[in-house]
Amino acid sequence: MNWLLPGGVSTFAGDIDRLYYVILGITGAAFVIVEVALIWFLIKYRARPGRKAYYTHGSVKAEVIWTTVPAVVVVMIGILSGGVWNQIRGRDSVPPGALPLAVHAKQFEWLVTYPGPDGQLGTDDDFERRNDLRLPVDTPMVIALTSEDVIHSFFIPEFRVKQDVVPGMTIRAWFEATATGEYSLACAELCGNGHTTMGGTVTVLSLDEYTQWLADPSRTVASR
Amino acid sequence: MGQASVAGVVNFQGTAPANPTIDMAKEPTCRDKYSSAPRDPQVLVTDGKLANVFVYVKSGLPAGAKYAAPATPVELDQEGCLYRPRVFGVMVSQTVAIKNSDALMHNIKAVPHENRGFNISQPTAGMTTTRTFNTREIMVPFECNVHGWMRAYAGVLDHPFFATSAQNGTFTIPRMPAGTYELEAWHEKFGTRSATVTVPDTGTVRVEFRFSASTS
Amino acid sequence: MATMAATIDHAHAHVDDRSFLRKYIFSTDHKIIGIQFLMLSLLFLLIGGLLAMMMRWELGFPTQPMPGGTLLPETMAPGGILLPEFYNSLVTMHGTFMVFFAIMPLLVGVFANYLIPLKLGAPDMAFPRLNMASFWIAVPAGVLMLAGFFVEGGAAGAGWTSYAPLSANAEYSGVSLGQELWCLSLVVLGLSSILGATNYITTVINMRAPGMTWFRMPLSIWSLFITAILTLLAIPILSGAAIMLLFDQTIGTTFFLPAEGGQPLLWQHLFWFFGHPEVYILILPAMGMVSDIIANGARKPIFGYHSMVYAIIGIGFLGWIVWGHHMFQSGMNPTLGTTFMISTMLIAVPSAIKTFNWLGTLWRGNIRLHVPMLHACAFVAMFVIGGLSGVYMASTPVDIYIHDTYFIVAHLHYVLFGGSLFALFGAITFWYPKMFGRMMNPLLGKAHFWLTFLFYNLTFFPMHELGLQGHMRRIYDPTQYAFLQHLQPLNEFITLSAFLLFAVQLIFAVNFIMSWWNGKKASPNPWEDTGLEWSTPSPPPHGNWPETPTVHHAPYEFSSPLVQEDYLMQNRKVEGAPAAAASRTE
Repeated sequence: MNWLLPGGVSTFAGDIDRLYYVILGITGAAFVIVEVALIWFLIKYRARPGRKAYYTHGSVKAEVIWTTVPAVVVVMIGILSGGVWNQIRGRDSVPPGALPLAVHAKQFEWLVTYPGPDGQLGTDDDFERRNDLRLPVDTPMVIALTSEDVIHSFFIPEFRVKQDVVPGMTIRAWFEATATGEYSLACAELCGNGHTTMGGTVTVLSLDEYTQWLADPSRTVASR
Repeated sequence: MGQASVAGVVNFQGTAPANPTIDMAKEPTCRDKYSSAPRDPQVLVTDGKLANVFVYVKSGLPAGAKYAAPATPVELDQEGCLYRPRVFGVMVSQTVAIKNSDALMHNIKAVPHENRGFNISQPTAGMTTTRTFNTREIMVPFECNVHGWMRAYAGVLDHPFFATSAQNGTFTIPRMPAGTYELEAWHEKFGTRSATVTVPDTGTVRVEFRFSASTS
Repeated sequence: MATMAATIDHAHAHVDDRSFLRKYIFSTDHKIIGIQFLMLSLLFLLIGGLLAMMMRWELGFPTQPMPGGTLLPETMAPGGILLPEFYNSLVTMHGTFMVFFAIMPLLVGVFANYLIPLKLGAPDMAFPRLNMASFWIAVPAGVLMLAGFFVEGGAAGAGWTSYAPLSANAEYSGVSLGQELWCLSLVVLGLSSILGATNYITTVINMRAPGMTWFRMPLSIWSLFITAILTLLAIPILSGAAIMLLFDQTIGTTFFLPAEGGQPLLWQHLFWFFGHPEVYILILPAMGMVSDIIANGARKPIFGYHSMVYAIIGIGFLGWIVWGHHMFQSGMNPTLGTTFMISTMLIAVPSAIKTFNWLGTLWRGNIRLHVPMLHACAFVAMFVIGGLSGVYMASTPVDIYIHDTYFIVAHLHYVLFGGSLFALFGAITFWYPKMFGRMMNPLLGKAHFWLTFLFYNLTFFPMHELGLQGHMRRIYDPTQYAFLQHLQPLNEFITLSAFLLFAVQLIFAVNFIMSWWNGKKASPNPWEDTGLEWSTPSPPPHGNWPETPTVHHAPYEFSSPLVQEDYLMQNRKVEGAPAAAASRTE
């Protein structure tokens, strides 16, 4: 078993993972410092008969240090995070020319609407697949997420994508897969008694294969 | 209970609409039970006869007559990600035994208007859950939200005089007491048809219902 | 109830003329009410734990018949196999019981009640009858919540957060009455909390003994005071939201149902606007009591007492502007995400201040590792993990991945179990002699501590790993997902650890109950502490002191050069001591 994060296969997975490891480094250091100090003090200053503790009420200098250092560190993490967040979720983050898909969540299925050969959603050649998300590699995709009933959450672990799907709202999520293959789609928000079954497959195809499939979905259904 | 019976057939005129195919691709457990792409059996017509029509006595029974519900339950099976039977009748307070024959999870949601609904699930094969209904209702729909196409319909009646048309369109309502009754036939796509019959003390009364493709 | 009888025997030592009923059942004595809350919330802690065991069975051994599961009705576990809807009820009710009926009343109901008058030198609460009402309102709230398991459709199953629309329309969840009872119970419990909070605030402001200035109050009282303010302001929001949800369920309003123009995110905003202050309600009192215990164990004044007070106030204030960090992936405007990230990052600062000050208190101490001290140090060690893991989800991009996964489950249990519950075990052991006049057995106490510490970490630490592999929360059967199947051995390991964790709590239960009978008789001040409560007999008589004590010193004058002993009680007058100096730090 790989104990670290599973391999990321989207353009922003690397940024998210890097941020994770930065935080792991910082919090790991803080963790070690505090726990080592705690255990060391507990051993070193354990009660001995006839001794009194050092009588002090504190030190302004120490307070200043351990107020400002954590403050600077967390603000730094905040700035780093804000940048990545903006790239992924910022106002203009969806790359121009991203290919559209519509995903409608309902208890307990993901219904994916494909644009058909014309590449346009909302036309007659659109078709729908259940729990079966296919998309081209190295191509930004923008997914219009809607829900029939309750809140679901659109989660593709390997893409580092998670977006709640809220009834009454159309929420756009975008990503760009960087490797072909088969991945998992899961619902990450408790949505009722079939929540656990609400999964699907994500198949990343080459752009050619994807275009072919849009043109004739029945042909490639069996091959994958 | 009487000794006469009402028997008949449900005819269908015109070309039956094609049943939609079911996208079972991501449910191999169920898909593998079919040799060809499974279709949702909404309209079943064989040689001009319509199956899955629920025929029941709508009115005409003596006021205040009470009929005991049978002790044997009605079984509603889930197999190959379809309900079997799709259309059935059950008496008030008679047990419906809902069974899962698939090695996957089904959820069963009944959304009646008159009765109390339920929304339960069966995670493993062989699981059986029993439920009853308290009030007459035509029809109580069942659905599975894990497999959105799955539908079944139950006619809940306070008397035992009902039947569902078979593959060849025939039905028989046995042990009818003598009298004049209004019968109704219900189909999920084509609505209802009515007929009035007068049942003698013994023997069989024939009745025919006619549905057509044009009305829906 | 055997446990009740034991308290009663004990308190018979004191002569007063109240009837049995007024003394022990409908008592207005803050000490009895505190003990009543203790019994009630320990019972709910046990229930909450049992529910967790069933969840863990399902996660470790999905869709396998649970041993003893056939005892459950068919609507919960036919043939012993837990149903998904029952699992959802377990998830929901475990969280609800633990948060609202175990941790919160243990911290506030028990210790605010017991400690505030005793530590401030007051004979009782400002409003004793309000106090009694607060307990007797909490009881039916608990009954209502528990009743959910026995009604058609089962107990509430939309999570302890009860996100609408799942919670707002029975058609979506299959739970109707159970979900309504959930709302109703929380509204009733809210009334109890509001009465309690009003009482605590008034008592702290008005009933302090002569000389008990604000900055001579122990940190436990400071944190309980700030907690009471948070409670008074936050609970009405929950009550309002719960009533709106109840109306959506029952009388056809559509506050949270989008089909008729409602907004599901409104529920989340209301819930978390209450819910995040609630998180601090669940940790601040623990921090305060841990401070008391650590000063006692280290035999040193609290390092940076004033910073500690300001940190408590800072957390109390910042707690109001971070609720959006629960909603980064909710569909809320992403720009707000950045705002809430900054405020959330900032709230790490007062937590860091507190942690370093605890370490500073231990530094050059003369540390007695008695059982309460072990728990208090475990609190610090575990709270650090829970606090640091919070930084991951505060970082909006990292949260995209770990939101709604087991990483969150690990985090919240490090704070609520590793933090609050360890603090509570410590606090119960520490104040047990004052409450019941007898000491808990230290050997059993140590065995309980070390085994709990071990199995606790074996249970919850691996959950971080589950989360990092993408394991979602609240799923009934992880093996349904290809990418989670390789985690099943880990899930089994966690389940076995959790069973052992639950089992070793028996040691605590035995110690708690048996010590009533055969515990060592407690002197008035068995821990050689400085607080006012230790200057009156154990247990204290009705009215607490024959005469109101006068306070001369700061709260944690351990190892003071003014006296021979290594502790100087707050009300001990020392000739030649500078009157004000002791209340100043630095």
